[in-house]
Amino acid sequence: MLRLPRFKYLRPKTAREAARMASELGPKAMFVAGGTDLFPKLKRRQFEVEALIGLDFLSRQVRAGADEAEVDAGVTLASAAANEHLSATFSGYAEAAGVVSSPPLRNAGTIGGNLCVDTRCNYYDMTYEWRKAIGFCMKKDGDICLVAPSSPRCWAVSSSDTGPMAIALEGMVTLAGADGERELPVAALYRDDGIDYLAKQPSEVLTSLRLPVIEGNQSAYVKLRRRGSIDFPIAGAAVALRLDGATVTRCRIVLSAVASYPLEARAADDFLTGKTLDEETVRAAAEIAAKPAKPLDNADLTHFWRKRMVRVVVEQALAAAATRGGGSMVKLLGQHPG
Amino acid sequence: MGASNNGFSVIGKPLPKPDAVSKVTGRAIYADDMLPARTLHCRILRSPHPHARIVSIDTSAARRMPGVQAVITGADLPIKFGILPVTQDERALEHEKVRYVGDPIAAVAAVDEEIAASACDAISVEYEVLEPVMSIDEALVETKDERIQDYGGPNNIHKLVALEFGDVDAGFARADHTREDVFFFQGNTHLPMEQHSAVATFVDGRVTLWSSTQVVHYVHRALAKVLELPMNRIRVIGAAHGGGFGGKTDPFAHEIIVSKLAMLTGRPVKCTLTREEVFYAHRGRHPVLMWVRTGVTKDGRITAMHFRSALDGGAYGSYGVASTFYTGALQTVTYDIPAYRFEGCRVFTNKPPCGPKRGHGTPQPRFALELHLEKIAHDIGLDPVELKQRNFVKPMTRTVNWLRVTSCGLEECTERVLNASGFRKREKKRGHGMGFAISSYLSGAGTAIYWNDMPHSEVQIKVDRGGVTAYCGAMDIGQGSDSVLAAIVAEELGIQPADVRLVTADTDTTPIDLGSYSSRVTFMAGNAAIQAARKMREMLVEAAAAKMGAPVEAVAVGGGRIGDFSFEDASILAEARFGTLTSAGSYTPPKIAGPYKGSGVGPSPAYSYSACVVDLDADPRTGLVHLNKVWIAHDVGRAINPLLVEGQVEGSVYMGLGEALMEEQEFRKGLHKWPSMLEYKSPTFLDMPEVETFIVETVDPEGPYGAKEAGQGPLLPVIPAVSSAVFDALGVWIDEIPVTPEKIVEALRRKEKGEAARFGPARFPSIPYPACIKVEPPAKELDRAAPASI
Repeated sequence: MLRLPRFKYLRPKTAREAARMASELGPKAMFVAGGTDLFPKLKRRQFEVEALIGLDFLSRQVRAGADEAEVDAGVTLASAAANEHLSATFSGYAEAAGVVSSPPLRNAGTIGGNLCVDTRCNYYDMTYEWRKAIGFCMKKDGDICLVAPSSPRCWAVSSSDTGPMAIALEGMVTLAGADGERELPVAALYRDDGIDYLAKQPSEVLTSLRLPVIEGNQSAYVKLRRRGSIDFPIAGAAVALRLDGATVTRCRIVLSAVASYPLEARAADDFLTGKTLDEETVRAAAEIAAKPAKPLDNADLTHFWRKRMVRVVVEQALAAAATRGGGSMVKLLGQHPG
Repeated sequence: MGASNNGFSVIGKPLPKPDAVSKVTGRAIYADDMLPARTLHCRILRSPHPHARIVSIDTSAARRMPGVQAVITGADLPIKFGILPVTQDERALEHEKVRYVGDPIAAVAAVDEEIAASACDAISVEYEVLEPVMSIDEALVETKDERIQDYGGPNNIHKLVALEFGDVDAGFARADHTREDVFFFQGNTHLPMEQHSAVATFVDGRVTLWSSTQVVHYVHRALAKVLELPMNRIRVIGAAHGGGFGGKTDPFAHEIIVSKLAMLTGRPVKCTLTREEVFYAHRGRHPVLMWVRTGVTKDGRITAMHFRSALDGGAYGSYGVASTFYTGALQTVTYDIPAYRFEGCRVFTNKPPCGPKRGHGTPQPRFALELHLEKIAHDIGLDPVELKQRNFVKPMTRTVNWLRVTSCGLEECTERVLNASGFRKREKKRGHGMGFAISSYLSGAGTAIYWNDMPHSEVQIKVDRGGVTAYCGAMDIGQGSDSVLAAIVAEELGIQPADVRLVTADTDTTPIDLGSYSSRVTFMAGNAAIQAARKMREMLVEAAAAKMGAPVEAVAVGGGRIGDFSFEDASILAEARFGTLTSAGSYTPPKIAGPYKGSGVGPSPAYSYSACVVDLDADPRTGLVHLNKVWIAHDVGRAINPLLVEGQVEGSVYMGLGEALMEEQEFRKGLHKWPSMLEYKSPTFLDMPEVETFIVETVDPEGPYGAKEAGQGPLLPVIPAVSSAVFDALGVWIDEIPVTPEKIVEALRRKEKGEAARFGPARFPSIPYPACIKVEPPAKELDRAAPASI
């Protein structure tokens, strides 16, 4: 069997203490919340640490205010998906949390964990022995990128479902360091790099997500994956829209799993703002949004097909957000009932 | 669906499995649950290269590591083995040459698994890397460096077969229409929930091995050969089983390795494969390229068929010779083909060896055949179902390739699924489709893996102080063979299945059964159990009759009573009369193989039949398929336990849908592309559509109470039915499994451009098949009066 390596488990009582431990131990330690992504990666030696710093002190509340909702980082994906306030006011966010992985893993995995989830690549998400056989890549133990060997950078794919949605909803995260807290827009949490994909300090603990209430905002998340029951996204679109009649007055489209970070489709946002939302503008906006998406041959199915699908998920997410409450457009394999 | 009870008290009842509670509550003891005192843990070092010569192996650093108790290499286990006598080409550990990424090279026994793994990493192996051969096309031409195996040929061809039954050329000459098609079926793997696991001890000069295997008998033989011990010094016991589907039907390296390490260390040694290693152990579905040409009359009757297959076998023989024959054997047991030519070829490639997976060698040609006949129907303007029905085989006939068909529920299965699904009245709407297909499978292979005259299955029964124990070598791999044994013995002795103790799959205590493969256990062990139980009943009845002073005909058996006595009292009377109460039964299949070389693959004492309708939505823009519902009817002869039959049928549908839509054993840079349960896509139960199952009972003349198989056949029609439904929905043929969204989109693009509206292989390669062995067909009608055998 694949075994976990030996490690020390540290149990701080506060975020500050956790951050202090992390800065003392440096790269020899990692935080663990739900552990649903971390433990398999420890088994596969993608992560090699001497200590895990448990984040089970994080609170698990969703606080609904008039101006914003604050979701503690320790809230499980299952409870975020089932939260009435989030479903009513930030429906795309609840939707995104509800399509992460599988039911058992949503019961363990946290919203903080999904925001920080490691980038993925099917040359990287393999065992030590497999990676050794094919030749180690720059993301772990090696110095080249196997999917784009002439590239100086790593092209592992951002695979968070809730991250893009939180960006579209203009969310903020709270990061706790050894010396205090700071706020960061979710969009600023990510970097365009498959290895250093988070902009936070490694010792900072993500303690909460705040989603501002934007009057009239409607949101939706559409995820494409082979099996609606378990898989990571191979394309996804997070959309937050505000409509005045049929006219778009505010629009945020963010793509998942088509780059090393959640890809904001600003050009499509600008295109749609002020326009009437109809079939034609939806198609045109989706085309603009999809243009910068560059899927590579390092995830499920062919990247040509995935590239074509980006337009489709954007259209579907726009339609779903616009018709919020009226149901979505097309049945996708990735949208399993329940 | 209900099955008849016909005066039986246990047979035909939907009873839960005897091991159901222990399995769902985690109390069943699987091999990996076993931890005898002082157990050492074994890890295996495997090749990182698809093809290489081993120059040297240095294990000294590993041996020096604290906690390491033994390190072995191929030099310690040099004797070759293999499941088929003709392909003894495997070593437990290779010390001369490696042939796929994952080929075992060295093994470590250590006090814990982490140490064993670190020690494997510390073994240094020097390789001379050779050019790998990764496809059928590459295997057919001269290799750059050297051939993968030193037998077979030319080039990397493993096996060539060519058979002709009847006058094929004359058949094509009288056809009004002929058509050729090329199909490809991608390889896939079994994906059992339980990884392979084995524990061995060596005590008092005897090896005992507990293993997750389907075939204790064949493992027993391989161990004796490689360990150079007499069979009576080796005991193989089947541990509780977490699924095999054909993937645990070979003797495996890790089983031999733990036995050897136990002999060397004197301590118990355990090895549980990682999921990745399970993908390397493989023996899964062969990728098969197929070419088929069929002639039909204008009213759709087949006049001749010519079928060619090319199997990508991976690096070793495994069951491959049999698999090759199977790609050409069962076409004739569903359709009446008056003249038939089959040319088959298996090649070696530098991939994990392929072997038997549920349906062994027959799902690939079934996929090709069903779609090919549909295309012919479209060509000549006939309804595809009608064309198929016009060619259905009839019960009690012999096929052109000498296969004996007894009971056959093809018509009834077809009607059941067509009626229930409303197939004939379906609405024609772009994006929505329904597909229909049929199939047949063996109820046990008519010949053993190795030549011998022993029965294929034996059952012993002991009755003692009212307790009944049945002994049988059969291995319950989840299919329910224990339930079947208990049900049969209980039925015959007038007791309940829970009253029967079972001792199974243990080479020391149980008589021979060849194992759980080829859907043979219900038919063969079932018949042996009936025979043994009836002998026991005779003794009980005779003793009861004597005490009652009545003739034996007056002694009723049932409800836990033998005549006037409780079962327990009757058993005491019988023991007093006869001494120790034991009985035995055995089953040997009829000798029905045809008079030609290669005729051993295909014959079975009976064939099951299935028909299936799949309903789906296929989106033309994305190519995404959404399954709505599956209707399936299966002719099981008689359902000994309808609950288990339904379970087997639904499980087959599930596995078939996975193969049809997503499963792919793919390779990249010489490596398995995704040896992980997350990346190798297979449906979860949330992805399953509704399945409506119909059990059809034709009461086979030779099956136990008329029963036939249920574990494999129902997988077969599902795959072509999916592809056919996609054609119904979008008007494009996906002639290649799996039917992925990108293939659908590509086929639609081609159609729009005015090219052929299909996705599939463009051509079939040129293969140096030998001249056909010409075989005279048998008389078509079975003579009911004559004995079954020929």
